[in-house]
Amino acid sequence: MREIPSESITKAVAELAVRANCVLPEDVRDGFKKALRIEPSPVGRDVLGQILQNADIARLESMPICQDTGLAVVFADIGQDVRIAGGDFEEAVHEGIRRGYTDGWLRKSVVAEPLFERKNTGDNTPAVIHARIVPGDRLRLRLAPKGAGSENKGLLRMLVPADGLEGVKKTVLDAVIAAGPNSCPPMIVGVGIGGNMEVACLCAKRACARDVLSKNPDPRYAALEEELLALVNKTGIGPAGLGGETTALKVNVEWRPTHIASLPVAVNINCHAARHAEAIL
Amino acid sequence: MSAQKHVTAPFDDATARSLRAGDSVLLSGTIIAARDAAHKELVETLRRGEKLPIDLRGAVVYYVGPAPAKPGQPIGSAGPTTSGRMDAYTPALIEQGIKGMIGKGYRKPEVVEAMKKHGVPYLAAVGGVGALIARSIKKYEVLAYEELGPEALAAMKVENFPAIVVIDADGNDYYEQGQTPYRKI
Repeated sequence: MREIPSESITKAVAELAVRANCVLPEDVRDGFKKALRIEPSPVGRDVLGQILQNADIARLESMPICQDTGLAVVFADIGQDVRIAGGDFEEAVHEGIRRGYTDGWLRKSVVAEPLFERKNTGDNTPAVIHARIVPGDRLRLRLAPKGAGSENKGLLRMLVPADGLEGVKKTVLDAVIAAGPNSCPPMIVGVGIGGNMEVACLCAKRACARDVLSKNPDPRYAALEEELLALVNKTGIGPAGLGGETTALKVNVEWRPTHIASLPVAVNINCHAARHAEAIL
Repeated sequence: MSAQKHVTAPFDDATARSLRAGDSVLLSGTIIAARDAAHKELVETLRRGEKLPIDLRGAVVYYVGPAPAKPGQPIGSAGPTTSGRMDAYTPALIEQGIKGMIGKGYRKPEVVEAMKKHGVPYLAAVGGVGALIARSIKKYEVLAYEELGPEALAAMKVENFPAIVVIDADGNDYYEQGQTPYRKI
């Protein structure tokens, strides 16, 4: 067993919170630079220029890229040969979020209860934690802060097998068109296919937090990612929804085995501030 | 893009009506920051028949919940939030005299009807570029509902705040006009 002190987890999460929110990942930044060269709309190019300029200011001044520093979504892959010492794992993550969001001057955007009081917790906790046990003696933490402008435009459809590929394409297109300028395009579109209701949604979330340079390892799904991207970029929505061909930077697809009677499809949209940062302990 | 228009907030009727869909605008003056919770408070105050904490006549309302200011700075990142969430409250505030709105995203038809009736334009700032936008915000002062934190009602002094008119006071829609030439499905 390899021992990891809970305080190390807290420190790592606090650092990730600031880095993820203030430094636009290189893969996303490169994507916008490329888009700037090919976007035909002058207004669209102006928006892409603003996005790149904003990323520079945020990085240099350690300011959040977007004021909506989101719900802090933490993916944790915990090696089965790891022993967490000195405290509770989830509390260690929450404490890291608390420290990172407070010390990093990040906005606190969480209400403690959704319907009646909606009182701000004041420290952006709790984080949303997706933990899984994996082989090995390492702990991988990936933080993907997610704002509500894009999150509110997520879509789940419980399709049936006869809906097939066309049903999947229509679901993705419907989600993107409904999102339009609200989700701060150019978007990164995460698509989860298969599993059951909650697995499809989690696949979509993992997909939209994936690097934009990555491809699905299955060539059929990698080709589908390309095809969906081309389709989405024909909507005309463009940067900031003001018109153009760069509506999405990338469509990422994740899939899982499913029931003989099911074809769940979930779409989770990420805004152009597609923030993610990773640490391995 | 058309040449940038310089305008000053609050707006009078003539200024509000002079802004046309597609116009690129640099806004200076004082605007009012309010988003979901402040809108709810304002409209509930009106429903109770009570007086609003501020006079909204001529106000340009910016849908924003800023990140906290670091010491020595007026404000943290402060880009627009999604306007559609304010739609349920907007016609009531237009009745109170607001003369402009800044946010991002589509509006409901009933909001556009109220805008046309009262001569109010809707402007968009680019979402997700809050660090860049913060450079045009020189002062942030909470006016009411301080307990709402980032959702408090506040006055913002702005200089050359960049925005684009997306729906003008005649209901012309630049999202539609801008997207149509590039729509291929």
